[in-house]
Amino acid sequence: MIAAAGLRKTFGATLVLEDVTLDVPAGQCLAVLGPNGTGKTTLLRILATLARPSAGTLRIDGVDAVREPDAVRARIGMVAHGSHVYEDLTALENLRFWAAMGGLDASPARLHERLQAVELDTVADERARTFSAGMKRRLGLARVTLGRPRLLLLDEPFNGLDRRGQKWLGEFLLAFKAGGGAIVLATHGFASALAVADRAAILLGGRIALDRAAAGLERDALHRLYDDLIEAER
Amino acid sequence: MSGYARRVGIVLWKDLLVERRTKESLNALLFFGLLLLFLFQFSLGPDRAQVESVLPGLLWLGFVLAGLLGLGRSFLAERDNDCWEGLLLTPGDKSAIYLGKLASNLVLMTVVEALVLGLFVIFFDIDIRRALPGLFIVVALGTFGLATVGTLFAAMTANVRAREVLFPVLLLPVQVPVLLATVSATQVALAGQPLADARAWLQLLAAADLVYLVIGVLTFEFVLEA
Repeated sequence: MIAAAGLRKTFGATLVLEDVTLDVPAGQCLAVLGPNGTGKTTLLRILATLARPSAGTLRIDGVDAVREPDAVRARIGMVAHGSHVYEDLTALENLRFWAAMGGLDASPARLHERLQAVELDTVADERARTFSAGMKRRLGLARVTLGRPRLLLLDEPFNGLDRRGQKWLGEFLLAFKAGGGAIVLATHGFASALAVADRAAILLGGRIALDRAAAGLERDALHRLYDDLIEAER
Repeated sequence: MSGYARRVGIVLWKDLLVERRTKESLNALLFFGLLLLFLFQFSLGPDRAQVESVLPGLLWLGFVLAGLLGLGRSFLAERDNDCWEGLLLTPGDKSAIYLGKLASNLVLMTVVEALVLGLFVIFFDIDIRRALPGLFIVVALGTFGLATVGTLFAAMTANVRAREVLFPVLLLPVQVPVLLATVSATQVALAGQPLADARAWLQLLAAADLVYLVIGVLTFEFVLEA
């Protein structure tokens, strides 16, 4: 699904990403962990075709995403910090807007079905302004799954969610993976990440310092690896 | 309806719905227009000859300042919650977003201009019934010119920290041909003369509108991606 090799990103003289190589097959989830300012969001923006890498190659579903970003955008669903929600539209109106913008099915039945999937059907006619951060995140997930994307890119998806919300999101992502979708999530939440991820990568100073299978990896062991890598980086 | 037209329509629908609910731009523009009229009335006094000689300039000063205020706000909703990124990720020709935004700006500016014009008539006690058809054409062309460039520059400056300063600094020099033509043609229209007397100005205005529209449609995608 994602085949990235040697990704590099600089902003002027500042190096943000260096030699990042990733391979995320369909039906798998990669959790990208790392301290603040280490390039996680930039990496997600490059994978989402929102930013161009300074060097390196990126193929999504076999398509060169750097040269043909428009060709892969329909296959990508991204939920960033803001969830792409218009505050003064209702949940239903938000979905109607994004469905029409994406040339997708905007029938009331389809929109309600998506809202039901994220448990927001009861507040379909309430303005997003009144929603909690977790509800906005769920509305963002309803939005990105309107078009049945093959790749989900999530930036801190568990932030602002209570325990029930985290459990719900974990189940949602597992179901997405089971349907053949690929996921890349950037997070600080080790436990939540390990619950859904097949691989865990630690990004330090813009480089992948560790990339290993999540199976059998306990949260405490991952914490220790993380701390050791940060210590070694200093 | 084609996918392109549907996208233009949904952006227009979204912007007008948000404006109807919040009335953020409309209220600000109306109070601003009212304030300008009070100031003009106070400074010009009851001298009718003086009022009539400066009326076209005052009218467009009101329209342009109100337009600057409204246009400058037109992409603020997209800045919130990363909606800008969401628009970028939508497939298809991004100029549909530009045309939708342009249409919503035109609707908003038309409403404000109609109200400001009505208040001008009341405040300055002028009879514009005879001039109305000609004035309508001039105002429509002038507003279109202002909105085409204004919408594009509002997108360019939406994510800039000093956008309140940068937006008029960028917009006003480009608007010089439109402003010269509209003020001159408005003078002809308000004097009750046939619009044919301002043919050259109207041709300039129509040409500028067309050029600005084409530039907006062709460059909006790059502005959005930048």
